[in-house]
Amino acid sequence: MRTATNPLDLRDPRTLDEALAILAEDGPRTPIAGCTDVFVNLHFGTTPARRFLNLWALDELRGITAGGTLRIGALTTYTQLIRSEAVNDWLPALVAASREVGGAQIQNRGTLAGNVANGSPAGDSLPVLAVADAVIVLRSASGERRVPITALYTGYRATVIRPDELIVAIEVPRVEGRQWFRKVGTRAAQAISKVVMAGVRGPEPRIAFGSVAATVVRAPATERVLAAGGSIDDARRALQSEIRPIDDVRSTAEYRLRVAGNLLRQWWVESA
Amino acid sequence: MRFILNGAPAEVDAHPMKRLLDVLREDCGLTGTKEGCGEGECGACTVLIDGEPVVSCLVPFAQAREAEVVTIEGLGGEHPYQRAFAEFSGAQCGICTPGMILAAVALGPAPTLEEVRTGLAGNLCRCTGYEAIYRAIHSATA
Repeated sequence: MRTATNPLDLRDPRTLDEALAILAEDGPRTPIAGCTDVFVNLHFGTTPARRFLNLWALDELRGITAGGTLRIGALTTYTQLIRSEAVNDWLPALVAASREVGGAQIQNRGTLAGNVANGSPAGDSLPVLAVADAVIVLRSASGERRVPITALYTGYRATVIRPDELIVAIEVPRVEGRQWFRKVGTRAAQAISKVVMAGVRGPEPRIAFGSVAATVVRAPATERVLAAGGSIDDARRALQSEIRPIDDVRSTAEYRLRVAGNLLRQWWVESA
Repeated sequence: MRFILNGAPAEVDAHPMKRLLDVLREDCGLTGTKEGCGEGECGACTVLIDGEPVVSCLVPFAQAREAEVVTIEGLGGEHPYQRAFAEFSGAQCGICTPGMILAAVALGPAPTLEEVRTGLAGNLCRCTGYEAIYRAIHSATA
């Protein structure tokens, strides 16, 4: 299946400044990078977007640096995350998540910022970014601002990103504690999650889930139970009342609720 | 727009949002690249861009600018994997075969079985059950 290309309008900037100027002066466009989400929606007729901005040539948005924070360029692909020594050192849970995105072909094109911008509640990297307190760096022609990932989403696939802004990087502070990631889907490769969880076992336990709400969510009530020395059973009860999964094509609310509790326990046992 | 196709300079006038898959099949006449699902799930349309496997159904032509694209035709027909897939029944209906072979080529010489399983996880086959494909790759690199 495919969409006719004639009505499609693509601008193809060579620099970030040029890209931001296009967004400022020429109105909203859907940014495209790896296209692993956008092209699927375009050719299945599930997006009305007809105006696009190709970011693929913007090498300024590539690269990973580790200093006071780990800074991951927006166009960093999953393959680059997997191969990066800095990411393996700072955020091994992101490497684990990246290995389970699609297959090699998708990992070679799909980008971290694309996963963030797409905003699917099932996005594999998002629970990791949520437990890592990642900050999304947004830039427009008029300036730059930083938004914590937990404040980025306002609803199902809805974000605070303005139409004139692009994600330029994702910044992650040092994470204290042992990181853990688990995705539950129909198959290890090429499957979208039914439930996905990331956890950090440190002085202040951190927990985030995907596919159990309209957006990726932290589980603060559950975290508080564990931080206060509560049992994993108490934590599990807290979790069952703070997440509200739904029935959809990939799973049921009942299954997701039960599996989320199982994952919580598995994390706690394995990270002890 | 210019790019390198199977080792030779190519210049093709096509819409920048046209799928690379369609540019290859329709504008370049290279029909070895197959369309399976058209949504990046099956890997049938796998080609190499700058040496890395990608699904050409999800690559807008604009992103092939100045890149080196290799399709199954670029292997010339006598590549050890092409011969081994035929010999070991790694190809049955054939739709997944070009993508399987290119994904395997991208793994470099003599990949381990585990590397093959992971490297080909994005390529679906409904005929072989995969074992014949793994045997073909193993035999060609042994």
